[in-house]
Amino acid sequence: MSWRVGTVIEVRPETPNARTLVLDVPDWPGNAAGQHLDLRLTAPDGYQAARSYSIATSGGPGSPVELAVDEVDDGEVSPYLVQDVVVGDQLELRGPVGRWFLWRETQTEPAQLIGGGSGCVPLMAMARAHATSGSTAPMRMLYSARAPRFVFYRDELDALARSDAFDLTLNYTREAPDGWPTAPARLTRESLERAVIPAAEGPSVYVCGPTPFVESVADLLVGLGHPASLVKTERFGGA
Amino acid sequence: MAVINRGFGARRRESTPELPPGQYLTQDFPVLSAGPTPNIHPGEWRFTVTGSTGERTSWNWDEMLALGVEEVHTDIHCVTRWSKLGTTWRGVPVERFLDGIGDAGDHIMASSSGGYTTNMPLEDLVDGRAWIAFEFDGAPLEAEHGGPARLLVPHLYFWKSAKWVNGLTFMDGDSPGFWEQNGYHLYGDPWREQRYWD
Repeated sequence: MSWRVGTVIEVRPETPNARTLVLDVPDWPGNAAGQHLDLRLTAPDGYQAARSYSIATSGGPGSPVELAVDEVDDGEVSPYLVQDVVVGDQLELRGPVGRWFLWRETQTEPAQLIGGGSGCVPLMAMARAHATSGSTAPMRMLYSARAPRFVFYRDELDALARSDAFDLTLNYTREAPDGWPTAPARLTRESLERAVIPAAEGPSVYVCGPTPFVESVADLLVGLGHPASLVKTERFGGA
Repeated sequence: MAVINRGFGARRRESTPELPPGQYLTQDFPVLSAGPTPNIHPGEWRFTVTGSTGERTSWNWDEMLALGVEEVHTDIHCVTRWSKLGTTWRGVPVERFLDGIGDAGDHIMASSSGGYTTNMPLEDLVDGRAWIAFEFDGAPLEAEHGGPARLLVPHLYFWKSAKWVNGLTFMDGDSPGFWEQNGYHLYGDPWREQRYWD
């Protein structure tokens, strides 16, 4: 797998400390929804650093590659991607990687997506693939964020949720909007049970977020009767 | 000719000769796994070595400890690019389980509770290079890090150090395990940066 050169064709803010980068990669082989890639930066003196990022889109050869990068306080790569990169810059990429945490349009069973923070990025690729393919398999997303201003893809998610085949539930852990029906809280057994496709319907479940979020949610899901074999997880640390 | 990213590099970390190419140092202990964390009590733990013709030998927790425990000081390197230096573990060398099992298989498939598998050559599991580890930095290994016991093969990328390990199976020749079928390298040497299969 070789490094390819992508050109940044669009940047847009997602949250106060995260933004989307869209890249044109002429020889990109295409990727499935849920895969990630390696991104490498090279300083003028030759110093290099690489990190893995989830891809927020899917598509065939040559399709644009969209990433969303959350700035890590003591990071060395993410601050550059969030603050410094401008349209027209070139970035080196390698991928796609990963054949486990995937949703494919040939899946006919219900799919439950559960994201914490920027863990929504590979899930967004799945939601977009689901909408583009016209899949009639039910898909639900439960998205937990600290506060409304930290929700990625807000307008697009609201638009997707107007479709009969896609449901969206937002959960706020620190600050909720005025008039929100529940106080801010982490996901609990009860809130998961309310929002998630019941185990009896046999959904494939995809959980992505920081490790403590994923550990807690996956344990609760198993407790609610979801077979561990149907719960796929992806975790990130980050730098 | 590599792309040059102007203005990048101001926040670079100190270079560390113990780091394999493309890795960065972390003080945390991040987690890579594919599904929910199994909850296994040492009292119900079993470890089974299966020969290439199907014969099985099993140990319970106390029988495992009785094989002889060693303290291990090592660096660990995850394919997701973090490395952790100078970790301390306690565990039983894998070769103690294999003593007395004369099997012609030259590769091993390690298996875990939950059904995950990972493959490696037999020679990478013997001669003081691999352990069944149950303690990390002086405390029982936490479930999210593979407790009560995980395989520890620190000279390979850390997905080879199967969490919640419950057995080793001899194979004639190599065959990809779970992570390898999902895109990771068949061998996984961090110093040769063998991250991905292609």
